[in-house]
Amino acid sequence: MIAEAGLAALWLAAALSLLQLCAGASALRTGGDQLLPMIRPIAIAQGVLAALSFFLLIQLFLATDLSVKLVAANSHSAKPWLYKFAGAWGNHEGSMLLWVTVLAMAGAAVAWLERRLPERTLIATLAAQAAIALGFYAFLLFASNPFERLNPAPADGNGLNPLLQDPGLAFHPPTLYLGYVGISVAFSFAVGALVTRDVGPLFARAMRPWVLGAWVFLTLGITAGSYWAYYELGWGGWWFWDPVENASLMPWLAATALLHSVTVLATRGGLRAWTIMLAVIAFSMSMVGTFLVRSGILTSVHSFAVDPSRGLFILILLGLYIGGALTLFALRVGTIREGSTFEPVSREGALVANNLLLSAILGIVLIGTLYPLGLEAATGDKLSVGEPYFNAAAGPLALALIAIMAAGPLLKWRRDRLKELARRIWLPIGLTTAALIGLLLLAPGIGLLPLLGLTLALGTAAASLAPLWKRNLRRTPLFTWGMVIAHLGIAVSIAGMASESAFTKETLVAARLGETVNVGPYAIRFDGIEPLAGPNWTAIEARLVASRGGGSSLTMTPQARVFSSPQTETSEADIATLPGGQLYTVLGREDEQGRWQLRLWWKPFVTLIWLGGGMIALGGLLSLIGRLRRGRRPKAEEVYA
Amino acid sequence: MRRLILWLPLAVFALFIVTVAWRLAAGKDDTVRSRLVGQPIPAFALEPPLPGRPGLSSADLQTGKPRLLNVFASWCVPCKVEAPQLLELKRRGVPIDAVAIRDRPEDVARFLQEFGDPFERIGMDRDTRVQMSLGSSGVPETFVVDGKGIIRHQHIGIINPDDVPKIIAAYEAAR
Repeated sequence: MIAEAGLAALWLAAALSLLQLCAGASALRTGGDQLLPMIRPIAIAQGVLAALSFFLLIQLFLATDLSVKLVAANSHSAKPWLYKFAGAWGNHEGSMLLWVTVLAMAGAAVAWLERRLPERTLIATLAAQAAIALGFYAFLLFASNPFERLNPAPADGNGLNPLLQDPGLAFHPPTLYLGYVGISVAFSFAVGALVTRDVGPLFARAMRPWVLGAWVFLTLGITAGSYWAYYELGWGGWWFWDPVENASLMPWLAATALLHSVTVLATRGGLRAWTIMLAVIAFSMSMVGTFLVRSGILTSVHSFAVDPSRGLFILILLGLYIGGALTLFALRVGTIREGSTFEPVSREGALVANNLLLSAILGIVLIGTLYPLGLEAATGDKLSVGEPYFNAAAGPLALALIAIMAAGPLLKWRRDRLKELARRIWLPIGLTTAALIGLLLLAPGIGLLPLLGLTLALGTAAASLAPLWKRNLRRTPLFTWGMVIAHLGIAVSIAGMASESAFTKETLVAARLGETVNVGPYAIRFDGIEPLAGPNWTAIEARLVASRGGGSSLTMTPQARVFSSPQTETSEADIATLPGGQLYTVLGREDEQGRWQLRLWWKPFVTLIWLGGGMIALGGLLSLIGRLRRGRRPKAEEVYA
Repeated sequence: MRRLILWLPLAVFALFIVTVAWRLAAGKDDTVRSRLVGQPIPAFALEPPLPGRPGLSSADLQTGKPRLLNVFASWCVPCKVEAPQLLELKRRGVPIDAVAIRDRPEDVARFLQEFGDPFERIGMDRDTRVQMSLGSSGVPETFVVDGKGIIRHQHIGIINPDDVPKIIAAYEAAR
């Protein structure tokens, strides 16, 4: 019954999205706004129904109802509770249902909360959101039905991919999707504004909180995903330039650029066409990413069930939505009048540079991700593009971006002088220079990119705090705090990345019991090895005792696990966060002579990467709260920090 | 001019759609083909894993009839997944020989006991030299070798139940 109810809710939601689209279109055609009071509840009901459908799917997974094909294929009665729950979206159909649910709920939130947008633009925005939802409902109902029954029901399910049996699964995909799909609101806003030709500061102020909200979740999702990959895969890396990672990074880059250009539009009325374009691109990147992942067209560690007909279905949806939005853009944007102009050396100038650099990085990532496809289409050769390309191409741009990020907030709107800027920024520049000299003396062998990363991170951290200089901190608006903390977070994160890449120590040994191995400042004694059993796995666990300079020791227990259903081996790294860095230990195989392969890393300050990510998201959140509070006041004419 | 620039994003996107649609239509082919397909099998002679069982040499693969050569290892988890399909192939009358990579006799014996023994001959390739010379990069991998000892087909990775008809077709074609 539950499965049928879920399917019915999905069909109803699809019908409502069609109604929402038609009502919106007819309201725009006749020019009547009287339909808006009807469209708002429709959008909200659609969101509720989609959420209900998703909730029912979770119920099926919790009850392990094996008469449902999806549950039988991806779950197992012996699985711990948390993974039954999170397993609902650890598969293609469930994950797409979550996708559509977030899309519908984002539309519902706009219908419920948005009061600043002109009514006609709001109607067009909700119609656009409904159009997107309709296509993806169709995809679920016709090509990926999560509620399909299985007759007869099997005795037990196939189980969940062991790599996904981790608390990370409960947190990472929903958070990422809230951002990844939540950014659809910006897309719909842009389409709405193109339809009504109403692009101005008011529109930008209405759009900004939605962009900020999605961006906060996207930042959190990427940060959490990076840490998850870091500890779960057991490869010691935190970013692999995998197509699926890139699929989440590209919308983030576009949304970050959008976040800054929308500020120029809200404050100074400039960059209209560009802001619209970025809003379209951000969610387009989410859809392209979804397509790349779901069609299995690129090879990735995130492999899902691959089905070419599904890929084709999503490709058609992409063509319709992105193609439609870009056509509308080309037709309409020429008729939108541009706002005020500005000098190159100004806050706007820095924000434009920020946008250009972010777009360039986005282009680099996109080309790197798609290049293997294009090359094979042209010449038939196969290759994969990896870290060396991405680091070499995007690294220098990222450093330039950080330098601009340091200077930008210290510039005045409209026009400024370099001489004035130099007066405000001498301290960070001095710190950067001192750090450069210090590092060259202390760590002579350091690579160029990590060297510049570390020095710039220090200078940028100082510069990020400069907007607070000589200000009454209690009267500083919350969104200024948000910006300061987010920029500081970038500096912190960059420092972590640079430190990890410059100072990591790695040891790979075949060790006998009792042997001691050194990695970085730690001596690690191989004390024991014993079997272990969990609810649906067995494991071999090594006991390693790590100590530093004869001080107190700690015990680490990396495991090699074998899961029973489906039968798979995974490596469970044990990671200890210590003052000054992380110790990362992985247990490998036993060799013919009875020695065990141990892989050990000492990673100084690696945690800063994710701490910085968290700070960036926190900054976004503070900024969002600040903007919403300010927006509620009657007079919104403000002096932007 | 400005008008044309506005259409540029759409043009780039159209290019993307065309490339990707072509790729979808062409189907996915992830195999890294051995350059030895169509070439005679390199000469080798390997010891048997167990006393009383025959070892494997390249001459054993030139008997006038096609054979399957499976590259496996007892420590390889996917090989365990593949085992039932090899037994099925044997049941359907396909003769199979094997090369065990970096393995120990007692482990091979345990593996065969646990997961079944579809092999006529097994050679122990302790230092992976034969695997390398076959142009094989991982385990499991399976070659179809015709009666003259020429490699006719290479299957990389697990032989899934769906792959069994493909392998049989390649075997029939090698006759």
